[in-house]
Amino acid sequence: MNSEHPIREEDLQAYVDDALSPEERTQVEAYLVHHPAEASRLAGYARQRDGLRELFGPIAGDPLPERLDVRRLTGRPTQTVSCRWSVVAAAVVVFALGGASGYALRATTRPAQTGVRALAREAADSFRVHASDPARPVEIDATRKAELVRWFSERLQNNVSIPDLAAAGYQLLGGRLVTTAHGPAALILYTGASGCKLAVFVRPMAVEKNTRMSELVDGVLGSVAWADDGIGYSLVGPLEPQRLHPLADEVRRQARSG
Amino acid sequence: MADLIELVRPSVPALRRYARSMVRDHTWADDLVQECLEHAIDHWHERKNEGDPRAWLFSIVHNLAISQLRQSRRRGLHTGFDEAAAAAPARAPTQEHGLRHAELLRALGELSEDHRAVLFLISVEGLSYAEVGEVLQIPIGTVMSRLRRKRQSLAVLLEPEPARNRRPTLRRLK
Repeated sequence: MNSEHPIREEDLQAYVDDALSPEERTQVEAYLVHHPAEASRLAGYARQRDGLRELFGPIAGDPLPERLDVRRLTGRPTQTVSCRWSVVAAAVVVFALGGASGYALRATTRPAQTGVRALAREAADSFRVHASDPARPVEIDATRKAELVRWFSERLQNNVSIPDLAAAGYQLLGGRLVTTAHGPAALILYTGASGCKLAVFVRPMAVEKNTRMSELVDGVLGSVAWADDGIGYSLVGPLEPQRLHPLADEVRRQARSG
Repeated sequence: MADLIELVRPSVPALRRYARSMVRDHTWADDLVQECLEHAIDHWHERKNEGDPRAWLFSIVHNLAISQLRQSRRRGLHTGFDEAAAAAPARAPTQEHGLRHAELLRALGELSEDHRAVLFLISVEGLSYAEVGEVLQIPIGTVMSRLRRKRQSLAVLLEPEPARNRRPTLRRLK
């Protein structure tokens, strides 16, 4: 840009953004002296910029909540959120549980004492405790599958089979027995790509012995729960219930044929 | 992990501020930042630029916000950008001739997220045009033309010429 070079719109915008070299800046200033309409237009843009800074600038001074502490976040076990993330990272439409929608659904969910809704809640609670456990998420791991089947079947007094979700990308991690108000339940954990975990939760049902599948949301966890022949099932994980549904269909298919 | 903490931490307040400019709810904004940080930690070694991760972090928050907003709209949830988004609408403009904050927020709400992002990242966060292009995945020329057009739109919304005392909504925007 020299004195013969006309001042371009980009130069004027860059002037507002303080993105010019000192020489360029001087030239623009000289130009504005002779172009008062342009000077007033740019002054308006500078007011926009200052207004934005006044409005939003102070937010950066607010004390940070603990959950945004980077050091603390680096120490967290890789768990739940990575599932939602694998989708975002692929830059496709995200079906993750957005904050707002999660809250909206949760507000309408009332605690149930019995039936598949109670089962789904127990499943979500157990999942939260054990799936995030970095040291010992399961009591018996996938290498001792036969032992796991024996243990579950004995304690639940029913034949419990371990669904195979490998075709859907989820490898068996193992399982453990958990306590519920309705007696023991089996928690079977799976892990997918990028460490995303899912669980199948199984226990005998006293009521609602046969129900169709219901989709539920509990915080950031989604679940699909149903009962077949007196046994209740809930497939739970940090995914939208609609996304869990095909997997739940597969679990039911295997349980019926097994 | 030490370099990650050192490089990411200084950007957190600005990421929070940016998230607040994208979604109306404070908790939602912090959720976005938390998800951004978790993603950054999990994918630290996949970033292209080894230096300052600021633009990369902004792009993560931006993509998350856009996806979640789109999803919320599909579900018919209100996602409007309003006074609740800003720091404190009660904070009065410091200058006598400054713009009225409520009006500025309303005008910002008229812009699409992508357009608002250009203005915000340049004016408030002080990103270069090239960095904004990186965040929004658009060429630098597009950044500059959007900046020019949106400043003009905002000016029309905010500062109607006194001679034509019409309601801003009746004005034609370019």
